[in-house]
Amino acid sequence: MTGGGANRTETGPSADIIRTEALTKVYASKGGPAITAVDDLELGVHAGEIFGLLGPNGAGKTTTVGMLTTRVVPTRGRAWLGDVDVIDDPVAAKQLIGVVPQVSTLDRALSVWENLYFHGRYFGMGARSARRAADETLERFRLTDRANAEILELSGGMAQRLMVARAVLHRPRLLFLDEPTAGLDPQSRLALWDVIGELHADGQTILLTTHYMEEADQLCGRVAIMDHGRILALDTPATLKRSVGSDTEIRITSPEATRVPDLARHLEDFDGVQAATATTDGLVRVYLRGDHAGLARLIAHADAGGFEISDIGITEPTLEAVFINLTGKDLRE
Amino acid sequence: MTTAAATIGDTLAPVRSKRGAAMIAFRALLVRDVQVLRKTFVAFLMRTVTQPLLIVFVFAYVFPEIGQGVGGSGEGATLFSTSLMPGLIGVAVVFQGIQAVTIPLVSEFGYTREIEDRVMAPLPIWAVAAGKIVSGAIQSAVAALIVVPFALWIPSTPVEVELNWLALVTVAPLACLLAGALGLAIGTRAEPGQIPLVFGIIVIPMTMLGAAYYPWERLGAIEWLKWAVLVNPLIYISEGFRMALTGIPHMSAWGIYTALVGFTAVLSWLGIAGFKRRVLA
Repeated sequence: MTGGGANRTETGPSADIIRTEALTKVYASKGGPAITAVDDLELGVHAGEIFGLLGPNGAGKTTTVGMLTTRVVPTRGRAWLGDVDVIDDPVAAKQLIGVVPQVSTLDRALSVWENLYFHGRYFGMGARSARRAADETLERFRLTDRANAEILELSGGMAQRLMVARAVLHRPRLLFLDEPTAGLDPQSRLALWDVIGELHADGQTILLTTHYMEEADQLCGRVAIMDHGRILALDTPATLKRSVGSDTEIRITSPEATRVPDLARHLEDFDGVQAATATTDGLVRVYLRGDHAGLARLIAHADAGGFEISDIGITEPTLEAVFINLTGKDLRE
Repeated sequence: MTTAAATIGDTLAPVRSKRGAAMIAFRALLVRDVQVLRKTFVAFLMRTVTQPLLIVFVFAYVFPEIGQGVGGSGEGATLFSTSLMPGLIGVAVVFQGIQAVTIPLVSEFGYTREIEDRVMAPLPIWAVAAGKIVSGAIQSAVAALIVVPFALWIPSTPVEVELNWLALVTVAPLACLLAGALGLAIGTRAEPGQIPLVFGIIVIPMTMLGAAYYPWERLGAIEWLKWAVLVNPLIYISEGFRMALTGIPHMSAWGIYTALVGFTAVLSWLGIAGFKRRVLA
């Protein structure tokens, strides 16, 4: 693992445009024990990369983004955007960033065009350049025909595209996207991936959080897998997937739904199987070391155990497999 | 897409001084609020005009015309309509402060989180909150101006204006800022479901017991009430406008100014602190 973790400073601070040092957020909860949402986080994001925080809900991703974008006050630790200390100097930090939070924060009292125009004005553009930037941004994000629409008339996908459009309108040095495609239909998600890819191609540094492993895999140069406020692994998606040690994921469907957990346990004993987990929809996911040369013997092993198999699928390992391997649980749990 | 590429460099420094960026953002926030006011001006006009129009119509036109005297007839009636004029302006100011600041804030904090886009503008959070006070004050001032002709010309008995310019240009801005600060203080504490309650137990008692419809000095007849109502900031707004616009006996000038400044300061502090608490985790 390079570029992350405690060794970060050895790579030199100039490489990292976002840095954190022992960043921690503890929430006091009424009547219960305090909750450590983010725990001693050491993070380094390079200029120009798309950096992903991947983890289930409650992993601490949003709290991390909140602290980096001045909205959440850390309990302890430090964070820098370039040379700007986020905690000491939130106003300077806010000049550098564009943020797309999880919920829509579009200004409903204003039209689509006005949302962009006033955003430009907040960030110091004069009336004329804000007007021009609003026009151009609408064009670029294919929203021109909705310029005069009210916010509540927009579809979810369009509203989200407008959120991203607004966040980059003032040309921030850093773009934060918190679960940018959560709740979008597949088509809107792909459209937004295109937008994010184009921004990246333009050199935009992006930190995004997601609990969709395909999203992290598809978009991110590097991914930090988070759970319980800690980073469990940090690397390129390809390296992370290799690190699981299993090169192939085999999905086995059994017609005997009630015996699926038994089948998983049975297959786990087989030599060469990294892990085997039963899913709720009657499926066993088996992570196999090496390529699928051992597949025939695996099937024979299931057969010998008296299990019926109705379907087999083979896939390359996913980031989800990495997550399961690290935590023993599903991303969706 | 040809935006960010050229601007990404090795160093990462804000382009503007913090003060410069904050002042520009502050002004832009006010321009935004004025734009929203412009877009919703008809609604603004209706909510501003309806209540004072009806009050002045019923009490200063209908009552005298049908001989059901409020404040008697002749000189007493003139005293009433003259005294009512600054009171109605005061009510309009306070009412607007709450309408313009509290109601949008409560929904922005409660249902939507749209205030967050303005919180992310490059200025301190306290300044975003202060911007709400100023924008509320501007709307209160517009409301006051709209109410003046109604209060002057609808009463069937003459309204005797005695302008004290110095008092007017000092009382009016203070009164409007106080209203904005009151709106912020309430808006950062009330939940969406409590809006009817805000009107029922704050706004209506405030206006009924705010020396809007009678001069505070006359409450000498009900001594306990005269002192009890002093917790109501509208008293000082009504009395301040009475001092600025009429020759009717009013509370002492130092009492008016001290209370206006004091209430504005305390409510601003409460409002800004409440705003920060709602916005920052």
